[in-house]
Amino acid sequence: MGFFLKEAVRSVQRNPIPSFAATASILVTVLVLGIFIPITQATTGAANEVRDKVLVNVYLKANASKADQNRVAAKLREDTEYVGKVAFVSKEAAFKEQKTDYPEYYSELLGSNPLPDTFRVTPDNPDNALKLRDTIAPATATGARSAIDPAIDTVKNRKDDTQNILFITRVVKWAMALLAALLIVASVLLISNTIRLSLFARRREVEVMKLVGATDWFIRWPFVIEGVMLGALGGLLAVLSLTVGKVAFVDPLVSDFALLRAPETMQFGLLAVVLLGASVAVSAMGSGLSLRRFLKV
Amino acid sequence: MAITERHVRARNRAAAPQDRAPAVIEFRGVSKTYASGDRGLEEATFAVERGEFVFLVGQTGSGKSTIMRLLIKEHEVSSGTINVAGKDLTAITRKEVPYYRRNLGVVFQDFKLLPNRTVYDNVAYALQVTGHKRKEIRAKVPDILRLTGLSLKLHSYPDQLSGGEQQRVAVARAFVNHPPLLLADEPTGNLDPETSIGIMQLLYRINRTGTTVIVATHDNAMVDRMRRRVIEVSQGRIIRDEHGGGYSTAEENTAEFGLLMRGEPAPAPRRLSSPGDFFDDAFKD
Repeated sequence: MGFFLKEAVRSVQRNPIPSFAATASILVTVLVLGIFIPITQATTGAANEVRDKVLVNVYLKANASKADQNRVAAKLREDTEYVGKVAFVSKEAAFKEQKTDYPEYYSELLGSNPLPDTFRVTPDNPDNALKLRDTIAPATATGARSAIDPAIDTVKNRKDDTQNILFITRVVKWAMALLAALLIVASVLLISNTIRLSLFARRREVEVMKLVGATDWFIRWPFVIEGVMLGALGGLLAVLSLTVGKVAFVDPLVSDFALLRAPETMQFGLLAVVLLGASVAVSAMGSGLSLRRFLKV
Repeated sequence: MAITERHVRARNRAAAPQDRAPAVIEFRGVSKTYASGDRGLEEATFAVERGEFVFLVGQTGSGKSTIMRLLIKEHEVSSGTINVAGKDLTAITRKEVPYYRRNLGVVFQDFKLLPNRTVYDNVAYALQVTGHKRKEIRAKVPDILRLTGLSLKLHSYPDQLSGGEQQRVAVARAFVNHPPLLLADEPTGNLDPETSIGIMQLLYRINRTGTTVIVATHDNAMVDRMRRRVIEVSQGRIIRDEHGGGYSTAEENTAEFGLLMRGEPAPAPRRLSSPGDFFDDAFKD
């Protein structure tokens, strides 16, 4: 083991520039991953929060009777797909709610209550909000909507908001994934190139090793260790700079921005471990690639 | 073992082939065709017994190196079988090749030393990579360097050594494991005649410890003087296999050279039939 380590260190010392390039590329990759993993998680968390609030409001006609209410409630609860939770808000309750939220508007209203009885239907899954709306009020051939019950006046949801949020979250996720994938590929290739150079620089040694009967893995280990060492070094530097960035910039702002406090983001310690693991895995992959292609043993 | 005794044995072996001990190397109808279509070896059949010293001669491209490469299993045979120490080389899997090679010592024309390591480290390297313990290495390396006459150059780097000394280091590295078979591909190809004698002397001394030595060479003077078994290869075919033979024609053996090889003071060499032989001139006075 000591022999392998010594050989690996010797090799790094022999080509410092490619080694530096490989380390730097790992550093950048891990830095980007380290910044974007929490950001993606926070936005996903925020989007999920909004999505959880996505409701389908079923407004009853103004003249709906108690019997109508019960019939609609039963239909929603038992006969309708995609229904998660059904909450009934009576005219009076709705009025009170609105009044506490917007006292300046509702205190001016002249006594009468313009709000209908409402069922607030939560879909079983936020993604199904639109399907739920279509189930409760299927579109007819003319484009108008007719509800499943005559007592229902209109069925509404915040369709555009929902769609936008879903779309943006998805775009952000995919863009991050793509960027991370590209950076990982670049890092693997750079590490692989470094190891290839190192192999080339030490081809005589490899030749001699083969001649005197060193086993394949005995020849490979120093190179694998070299690659992993470079990767781990890059990862370590990246995690250090992330720590500095977190302590210096993010922590003071946490009290001001709710997003930074998002409970969905993973713990920093766990993140650091994941990133270090990723850098080691990426560099091992890079070394393996070169060894497979350029070290015929 | 006296040289004469060995000759007697060789002659007996030739007379009664059925009594042979199992050969160290046995080629049976071996052909090698390279991927490019070039024929490296055609239907080569020969056997080398334990403790023999064999010269493999022939022009460049005749197939000497092919035989060497097949023996270290750098290449696979196209047809036929090679047995080394009773083991069929084709039966050795890729994984087993390193372990097989540990039983061989290999010396090349270009020494193949590691330039950034001292003499000691170069020899120790062979032991390190085969997983020997530091203690064994410390015990074995000085020994082998003493045998090859490099005790004083322990901490020199290869570029501080002469060609002959570098080749001695290579021989030391090949022999440090005391392999039963030593292969030398043009070991004196880069060396002047005087130095070549030193290297041959060393190989001969190794041969006398019981190691089978095979030397591919086109150093005709050396072959003529040593009078060992000669296998001549030409265009991939074995055209001559002669005990105590010369490089090209059959000539009488030189007892004087045998004495020289054993490290005893050389008697005044007598002129051989071919005048103008620079090697003989070097020994004239």
